[in-house]
Amino acid sequence: MSLLEIQDLRVNYGGIKALKGISFTVEEGEIVTLIGSNGAGKSTTLKAISGLLKPAAGKIMYGGRDITGLDAQQTVDQGVVLVPEGRKIFPNLTVLENLKIGAYLRSDKGKIQQDLERVYDLFPRLKERSWQKGGTLSGGEQQMLAVGRALMARPRLLMMDEPSLGLAPLVVQDIFKIIGEINATGTTVLLIEQNASAALKLARRGYVMVTGEINLEGSGSDLLANPSVQEAYLGSQSRRHARL
Amino acid sequence: MSFSTFIQHCLTGISLGGAYALISIGYTLVYGILLLINFAHADIFMMAGYFMIFAMASFPWQVAIPIVILATVVLGVVIERVAYKPLRNAPRMSVMISAIGVSYLLQNLATYLFSALPQGYPTIPPLKKVIQLGSVTTSLVTLITPVLTILLVILLMLLVRHSKFGMAMRAVSKDFETSQLMGIKINRVVSYTFAIGSALAAIGSILYFTDRMSVTPFSGTMPGLKCFVAAVLGGIGSIPGAMIGGFIIGITETFLVAFGYSTYSDAVTFLFLIIILIVRPTGLLGEELTEKV
Repeated sequence: MSLLEIQDLRVNYGGIKALKGISFTVEEGEIVTLIGSNGAGKSTTLKAISGLLKPAAGKIMYGGRDITGLDAQQTVDQGVVLVPEGRKIFPNLTVLENLKIGAYLRSDKGKIQQDLERVYDLFPRLKERSWQKGGTLSGGEQQMLAVGRALMARPRLLMMDEPSLGLAPLVVQDIFKIIGEINATGTTVLLIEQNASAALKLARRGYVMVTGEINLEGSGSDLLANPSVQEAYLGSQSRRHARL
Repeated sequence: MSFSTFIQHCLTGISLGGAYALISIGYTLVYGILLLINFAHADIFMMAGYFMIFAMASFPWQVAIPIVILATVVLGVVIERVAYKPLRNAPRMSVMISAIGVSYLLQNLATYLFSALPQGYPTIPPLKKVIQLGSVTTSLVTLITPVLTILLVILLMLLVRHSKFGMAMRAVSKDFETSQLMGIKINRVVSYTFAIGSALAAIGSILYFTDRMSVTPFSGTMPGLKCFVAAVLGGIGSIPGAMIGGFIIGITETFLVAFGYSTYSDAVTFLFLIIILIVRPTGLLGEELTEKV
């Protein structure tokens, strides 16, 4: 049984059909990536899974249970955690509060403290800045905070929306390395990226989305080698990121 | 003006300011969370005045005060549920219009139910107790109001800064969607915010009307506007700002009246509004508004 199984998911934004019936699966322990250009429906997919958007039709099965149409609070409680596009850390909360609010629904104080230590081990910078307001951090630090905050919810399925957006190449490299480490500890990752080559190198499998539909799927390496993918999404990027 | 009259006016001003401060906090809290100027807040305050009249008709003041606070909280939360919650994703202007509608609804409802004639506000015996401080004579309410206001503000700030709920409030005030992703129930946070604002308005109304002695369906309008100005003056969204704004306006108003310029006392309040909007639009303690990206 897959950890996440999307069946014929359709989402409308006003009159626009943002998702026209997509289906895909994510197995426990995998890193799966959705790639595609702007407006392909990648973010919409993640928002629908996390409950921020209500699907018009289709099914979202998670751990064998139907979670279609649940609220964000309920999906988070079940371990489906989204790191939103643009990081969206709380600028008026301290770094420590940002991390604590990630564990908002948990009441196991001792374990929350353990997880906090774990996040601080993963991102020592955050520990140094724990009393600073989130808004004073640099872009890369904010991304680390957003990932750390998500980890505080003990995700079983960690969904990341464009973690590399607006970050310097070196920082992107760090973030991707950490996504790999998080995955190695058993957390399943569903990753959306415009930086397709980096995502495909990291992911076991990938899906290519075009205007609300999935039109290609395969292993990360197959998609990397696929000529149409190279032409459409890698292009000059593949050369730029060849060094990564 | 003799020294003792001066002190007398100071006390009256601080006391009026305290009542204003408690009402201003309701504006500032709701604005902080929903970016909504809750025009109905003034009328919630007015309704609290009527609740007291009815509560005191059948209960002693010790029972009446909690009843009034509870009834006002229920009114505030119900208004939010009925008039604002369905518009959560609507443009801000729609919610504002809904708030103006609720304001008129409450005023007209009060006129219909209680008539437009002033109703005598009941006397709460301990608040009216006369106190002699040297050559200054004052009632206990004048002394209690500022102390109670500052105490409540400190409690509220502790709640906002150091409790888990306060953390959720601050998160919701910045970003609804991301707060939901943390598992925060937005509607619950909003309801509690209205509950707190309404409870403070109820306490403010008891302190305010005890001095004024009567309530009409329009008793809320002018103090409501002034308290909104106080909230803007202090920096809307800031709790200590609202308190400071309330005190500034209360004291200024009292002294204008004392010097014989009572005709201008309302005008000066709005002059403050204009000046602060020109000179420092974020208010005394308000933070710079950064556009959400």
